[in-house]
Amino acid sequence: MAEHMTGAASLIKSLEHAGVDTVFGIPGGAILPAYDPLMDSDQVRHILVRHEQGAGHAAEGYAQTSGKVGVCMATSGPGATNLVTPIADAYMDSVPIVAITGQVPSTAIGTDAFQEADISGITMPIVKHNYLVTDPAEIPRVIAEAFHLAGTGRPGPVLVDISKDALAAQTTFEWPDAIDLPGYRPTTAPHGKQIKEAAKMIVKAKRPVLYVGGGIVRSGASQELLTLAELTGIPVVTTLMARGAFPDSHPQNLGMPGMHGTVPAVGALQKSDLLIALGTRFDDRVTGKLDSFAPYAKVIHADIDPAEIGKNRHADVPIVGDAKATIAGLIAALSGRKDDIDIADWWEILNGWKKRFPRGYEEHPDALEPQYVIERLGHIAGPDAIYCAGVGQHQMWASQFIDYEKPGHWLNSGGLGTMGYAVPAAMGAKVGNPDAVVWAIDGDGCFQMTNQELATCAINNIPIKVALINNSSLGMVRQWQTLFYDKRYSNTDLQSHQFPDFVKLAEAYGCYGLRASSREEVDVVIEKAMALNDAPVVIDFQVHRDAMVWPMVPAGTSNDLITTARDLAPAWERED
Amino acid sequence: MTRHTLSVLVENKPGVLARISGLFSRRGFNIESLAVGPTENPEVSRMTIVINVDRLPLEQVTKQLNKLINVLKIVELDDEHSVQRELVLVKVKTDKGMRSNVLEIVTLFRAKVVDVAPETVTIEATGSRDKLEALLRVLEPYGIKELVQSGVVAVGRGGKSIADRSLRSVDRSA
Repeated sequence: MAEHMTGAASLIKSLEHAGVDTVFGIPGGAILPAYDPLMDSDQVRHILVRHEQGAGHAAEGYAQTSGKVGVCMATSGPGATNLVTPIADAYMDSVPIVAITGQVPSTAIGTDAFQEADISGITMPIVKHNYLVTDPAEIPRVIAEAFHLAGTGRPGPVLVDISKDALAAQTTFEWPDAIDLPGYRPTTAPHGKQIKEAAKMIVKAKRPVLYVGGGIVRSGASQELLTLAELTGIPVVTTLMARGAFPDSHPQNLGMPGMHGTVPAVGALQKSDLLIALGTRFDDRVTGKLDSFAPYAKVIHADIDPAEIGKNRHADVPIVGDAKATIAGLIAALSGRKDDIDIADWWEILNGWKKRFPRGYEEHPDALEPQYVIERLGHIAGPDAIYCAGVGQHQMWASQFIDYEKPGHWLNSGGLGTMGYAVPAAMGAKVGNPDAVVWAIDGDGCFQMTNQELATCAINNIPIKVALINNSSLGMVRQWQTLFYDKRYSNTDLQSHQFPDFVKLAEAYGCYGLRASSREEVDVVIEKAMALNDAPVVIDFQVHRDAMVWPMVPAGTSNDLITTARDLAPAWERED
Repeated sequence: MTRHTLSVLVENKPGVLARISGLFSRRGFNIESLAVGPTENPEVSRMTIVINVDRLPLEQVTKQLNKLINVLKIVELDDEHSVQRELVLVKVKTDKGMRSNVLEIVTLFRAKVVDVAPETVTIEATGSRDKLEALLRVLEPYGIKELVQSGVVAVGRGGKSIADRSLRSVDRSA
């Protein structure tokens, strides 16, 4: 039975039907009608953020720890445009979110009205799909479709822009029984013939590598991946988006490939004769110069998005399908054939690399090393904690120096590289999984882009913990200036050991503020932060600024040019 | 690079043309011509898109197009198995007694004159790309004052319609 109500009430009722329990947002003129019935919803908790970008990243963090679609809400014009960065971020990293924006009244659209921005036009290149709704009767159907699109197939952001008059008008509410999207039929079941073909190649390979990406995490395929890896004995490399998809403690895990990957992971790809690429997209940060990437390898490429297959690298065996179903298919095709797979020689080479190129960093005689801080944090908080990083040096160290054992415990902005991601994403992650310890590992540059959400965290009882890796500079940019611009440090000195005083800033926001600038203090402050759960905690780790991220493949060059420290390249050829 | 003609069935909804043209530009594919109009089904529009690309990028174009929620079906129409037509309207100078020469060309090409002025005639012609190119080449020396061309529209030969064809004629299964 159709019920009569306003478009705004229909929107809130639709969100309730879609199973929404949390919305991050800020009201404003055009979305105002929606905030009135929202106040009466028993199901939907609205968390009032301080900047719409925070709402968007929080929705991303929430989605990744709750397994649901994240929701953010903003008003028209600048409210909506402030969502552009997190929407682009969610698009690049395939995070399911629905963004709801108010729009000026339909009669004013196209007149350059106050706070008018064509947000559906603006976001067209960075959404899975978007809608402009001016007829209130369409609201339930559009919301149902938006959640379906965001959460199925290759997940991604969907924007729903609703004109103010549609929200204010009287309409009828009727939740659709079924979703009818004739142009949207994601292929989830892999083709049996392709699976057989892949299995044949796997058995024949002498130097196979399981090259796995964020698709494993999105699809919940970690258990299957572990089974497949152990069934075949094939080494695994986990991309930045897949950290935790396969346990770091597992002897078959070679670590992260790519620009700042481990020597064994990068070497394994370069010397491989068969890449089994699962839920990964041959990103330039992994491949380096594409035509010299994995030059001896044939490629099995499985992805739920057919457009990823063959986009950057030809696939000898393409498989379109969900990672979980695809790996299950491979397990079935390969079970009982372990003895056919002979890769002992390969492991001898790989183990040699693992032994010769262990994780490590250069110690500093009298200053705190950022890597030490992150390593200790990983030890003390452990694999059950959730870690959210910003973008830059601290992000790479957080990926390298923490051992991830479970999927969904490592959140970062991989594709877009959004500075400022960590604090709001950690906030959303904590709301999505309130029982988990959530650490934002952030840089002093990143932190100053979005730290206003500490107020949101303090007020709404979202006790995240922030490890601020404060090297007083835009560290990754500075590293490139060191290496490629003759140490000319143009505009990378943030002076953030003095400005601002992060301890005072934390306290001003109603958070605990701690500081450490020597090794002796590190464990003490981390332990202290772990014990403080009644408010957010910020630790200002004042580290030295000359630490660099190694290994490194210079941008745009071949992975073969990886260096483990400045001017120090591994000699792989010795093993060949 | 070679020319490819894609017939794309899309939902007849606002913004679809922007989604498609935006996709081409941001992925770095050049559209040579694009024609869009209604079909036998009022809820569906049909676009005929001509692009100049190699085989591999073409696959990427069609896969990216298929990801658009409003795109229902994509079929590549090759020259041999399809009829492809475009329309030109061309205003040609006919001063200094050249009108009869121009009219002779019009007859030869089975085109027609749709407007006459003291010093020009306006010619309408439809046909394949080759035919229209030939026509324009012949008219050129007389002086073309104005030229407007439609995009290519194309339909497959034989009894079947695009709706009957298998959904993945240009493959979406990689």
